[in-house]
Amino acid sequence: MTAPTAAGCAAPDQAAPLPASLDLEKETVITGVVRSGEGEVVPGAYVRLLDATGEFTAEVVTSPAGQFRFFAAPGTWTLRALSRHGNGDTSVTAGRGINEVAVTVALA
Amino acid sequence: MSRDTALVSAEWAEKNLDAPGVVFVEVDEDTSAYDTGHIAGAIKLDWKTDLQDPVRRDFVNKGQFEALLSERGISNDDTVILYGGNNNWFAAYAYWYFKLYGHRDVKLLDGGRKKWELDARPLVKDVVTRPRTQYVAQQPDTSIRAFRDEVVAAIGTKNLVDVRSPDEYAGRLLAPAHLPQEQAQRAGHVPTAISVPWSKAANEDGTFKSDDELRKIYADAGLDDSRETIAYCRIGERSSHTWFVLQELLGHRSVKNYDGSWTEYGSLVGVPVALGDEPGEA
Repeated sequence: MTAPTAAGCAAPDQAAPLPASLDLEKETVITGVVRSGEGEVVPGAYVRLLDATGEFTAEVVTSPAGQFRFFAAPGTWTLRALSRHGNGDTSVTAGRGINEVAVTVALA
Repeated sequence: MSRDTALVSAEWAEKNLDAPGVVFVEVDEDTSAYDTGHIAGAIKLDWKTDLQDPVRRDFVNKGQFEALLSERGISNDDTVILYGGNNNWFAAYAYWYFKLYGHRDVKLLDGGRKKWELDARPLVKDVVTRPRTQYVAQQPDTSIRAFRDEVVAAIGTKNLVDVRSPDEYAGRLLAPAHLPQEQAQRAGHVPTAISVPWSKAANEDGTFKSDDELRKIYADAGLDDSRETIAYCRIGERSSHTWFVLQELLGHRSVKNYDGSWTEYGSLVGVPVALGDEPGEA
């Protein structure tokens, strides 16, 4: 089968600029940085996007600068980060356009 | 099939990195993860460039699969341990290929790359080359592969399992939420398909849930295990994960993966489509 256009289902580069074709009037982008309790950025963290019922929706791995990005829909979402430095959750009510969210991880 | 024959743990894998006749294979769509560090001795397969036909929309044929495995140094007698990112989606897809072409001994590494990384197990950057082999594949086993006409015929008669996220099932999203949503095909699901997102079968570290938990998930969702089952997603890799759970872990018979999945079905002219959170009528 052919690769479906820009990407299949693999996690794309989280540090790449947003595609020029992206229509921010329509897309709901949830983006941010994962940091440790000491404020250091956490590369290689697994960030999971959970919907309003807590159901898994998507997952990406943070860039060397700790960045992540999702293309979602307006609504309430939870971001859950897993890393060797611990885990952490943040919830966000997102609207169309770019929604910046910070996630902090800490050992339990 | 069962968990004992189809799955290995990270502990087992770390102890068997140098075991004779065991070949570790990392499978991803984007193999840059492999290049930044991989399990010692593991070779890589690129889902797109190695496992898909470069021209037609289809996966590699028997001859192409034989040439690929021979060139990468995998022999018919090897125990192949597959792992990858994205919660083993593409590794599960590759597992399904290996089964389709009759490889005798293939297993998934439970948790894949994520569990391995979260456990802080070692990754290396060494270039791995294996001596060439003469791999011989079997004729494709189409008892595990569904085509579009079978999917249309299965509406209201067989189990159809849509393993995408609830928003993709309902038609509110066209693709997983880490990708732009610009695809042109219609949104929704195959009428009468039940929604059981692949992620229900996995723990958050990427390992599979226990057999008891898995049995309950599909029973509660209304899967009738006396009937044949077809699993689908968007491009067929997440549904390989669910195919693996149903056929290889739980031992259901007659489970097929529809690799055309929503990118094919949602573009067909004249087929029924259901919108919303309910399966819909046949």
